[in-house]
Amino acid sequence: MSTGTRLVEFVRALREHGITAGPSETIDAGRVLEVLGLADRERMRAGLAAALLRRGGQRAVFDQVFDLYFPLGIGAPDAHAETLGQYREQLAEALASGAASELTEAARTGVELFGAVDSDGGFSAHQTLEAIQPQTLVAQVAEAVASGGFAERLARDTARRRVAEFRERVRTEARRRIAESRGRERIHRHAVTPSAESAELLALNAERLAALRRTIGPLGRKLATRLAARRTHARRGEIDLRRTLRRSLSTGGVPMRPAYRKPRPNRPEIVLLCDMSGSVANFATFTLLLVQAMRDQFSRVRIFAFVDKTWEVTELFEATDPDPARIAERVRSRVAPVASLAHSDYGRALGTFLDWYGDAISAKTSVLVLGDARTNYGSPNVADYGAIVATARAVHWLNPEAESRWDTGDSAAGAYHALAPMHECSTIAALTELVGRILPV
Amino acid sequence: MALFASVDEVSARLAETGYLASGEVATAVFLADRLGKPLLIEGPAGVGKTELAKAVSAASAAELIRLQCYEGIDEARALYEWNHAKQLLRITAGRGESWEQARADVFGEEFLLPRPLLSAIRSEHQTVLLIDETDKADLEVEGLLLEVLSDFQVTVPELGTISARHVPFVVLTSNGTRELSEALRRRCLFLHLDFPDEELERRILRSRVPALEESLAAAVVEMINALRGMGLRKPPSVSETVDWARTLLELGARTLDESVVADSMGVLLKHRTDIEIAHEKLQLPG
Repeated sequence: MSTGTRLVEFVRALREHGITAGPSETIDAGRVLEVLGLADRERMRAGLAAALLRRGGQRAVFDQVFDLYFPLGIGAPDAHAETLGQYREQLAEALASGAASELTEAARTGVELFGAVDSDGGFSAHQTLEAIQPQTLVAQVAEAVASGGFAERLARDTARRRVAEFRERVRTEARRRIAESRGRERIHRHAVTPSAESAELLALNAERLAALRRTIGPLGRKLATRLAARRTHARRGEIDLRRTLRRSLSTGGVPMRPAYRKPRPNRPEIVLLCDMSGSVANFATFTLLLVQAMRDQFSRVRIFAFVDKTWEVTELFEATDPDPARIAERVRSRVAPVASLAHSDYGRALGTFLDWYGDAISAKTSVLVLGDARTNYGSPNVADYGAIVATARAVHWLNPEAESRWDTGDSAAGAYHALAPMHECSTIAALTELVGRILPV
Repeated sequence: MALFASVDEVSARLAETGYLASGEVATAVFLADRLGKPLLIEGPAGVGKTELAKAVSAASAAELIRLQCYEGIDEARALYEWNHAKQLLRITAGRGESWEQARADVFGEEFLLPRPLLSAIRSEHQTVLLIDETDKADLEVEGLLLEVLSDFQVTVPELGTISARHVPFVVLTSNGTRELSEALRRRCLFLHLDFPDEELERRILRSRVPALEESLAAAVVEMINALRGMGLRKPPSVSETVDWARTLLELGARTLDESVVADSMGVLLKHRTDIEIAHEKLQLPG
């Protein structure tokens, strides 16, 4: 296969994973290969990344696809170890040294020895890691790494980091071996982990949740600047030339009194109303954190949470708690003392909100409702929602469920949707886009 | 005209100026130079984005022209501006002359105030144009950059189109506070600059703080990496690593211990909550 064909296939595979590289990028990539040559693989990787990528978060996906299309070495390595015990000894040494080449070599041997699933060329990273159990080496490696003194406290962290790195290399190697035997076009579709932002919010595991949390802070900042830019544009009291000239007519064309542009009026208020029951809580927490990260852009943010009754939780977010997981826990314990028994009751939640906190909503307030609109077959209480919509400046409902699932089962999405806009918001990317668009300036 | 002949030459010449570049960085710089495309660098604060542009300028003996972006920057500050006050003086001084004369005179080179973008385009020599913190500028400025960065020319309606004599080596930096537009991204080569790996950071320490002992440098780097893994609000940057190493030298520390780390934590961490987290995780006293 010629390099050109390989490159085009590579770009096509990237596109299937959401990295939109157009023809002009492909041409750039071709020129990169021409200038750099094919001798040094890591340089090729860096060069292609520079030409094809557009943002930082895409790098992990790029690396995985790159490893499939431009693999390191071909075929099976020579295995040096005979037994699991010997292999683990070698691995421990590699981990202690921490050198990238040794870890790669160890991963390749490991997959060869313990990863083969069946005779026709299947390899499993999971099976390899289960057999090797690298996490049980942490203590041994930490001991080897420890340089004595204070740094010893960090040795376990270092060891853990290296084990995690090793696991990643095993996954890469397993993918490569499968691709080799089964054709890479089929593999890249299933075996490449999608980037954090495009993951579905309702179906996340702990590791991915943590990855998402890290993206929330920068995201909030980003949106905040966008809003600020929208607002403060033309805010510096620039000279309004047209009005100045108009005024100067009365002084014979000499601009005696310059006219300035006026800054725009004050900042809006936001009220968030969040469903904190079981499955939706993740989504609500993310949205809360996102809005909270942008709070300096609003004159006031008030946060209300409910499962079956509504409580104000604004002050929980005012303390500078750096750990989003803990904050979600605290909100939940406030709202639903017996979390396991509570089902969300939208009817009652809307009712109690109006009764107790009705004065939170005025003509200056924008309301965001976060929830899946699943009433557990209770009353949706559309009348109270209507009252909120009538008073507030704007109401938006963000629903983490896909639009195709609305109005199925106990969902009352349609009834609420009839009164105020409801938006599907199932990934972080969609959430960001939406929040940037609908939040008032 | 190419500034560098090979990737290795980029690494070597950057190293002479005191900037130790990873293979990734050297490759990107080399390609930006070779393909004549702007280099867009993104990454957390303090990883040396601006330093890289300065180092390229020093390594290639090209003049560095810097455009610092900020909220509200506009054409008049980025590209060029007519010197209105001077124009008014000229008009008042020449009362009685005809409209044609006045017009031809007032819009001449003499009344043009070049700003960084125009300076870089018009320069007689090879330049490095650093557009710093592009994300702080408004969207309109990006539109302006598009024209300048794709054709390396500037159109001044009264004077005509000015083309670059030397294509400047352009570096754009961004902290990612705002998403840059797709159109601008597509005109650039992209480099995501992250914290250096342990080995590179040790080398940086050795070159910046030569008096630091090898074993202490290793411990410092290990400690910094552990801190970066704690999910702090503002993880320590490379420059803070260097500052901390210097502080440790000043304190006469030969190894890291509890009291030294606790005393000098303020050099590394700039938020109270961050310091609290570090204290807790490292089991420091008080």
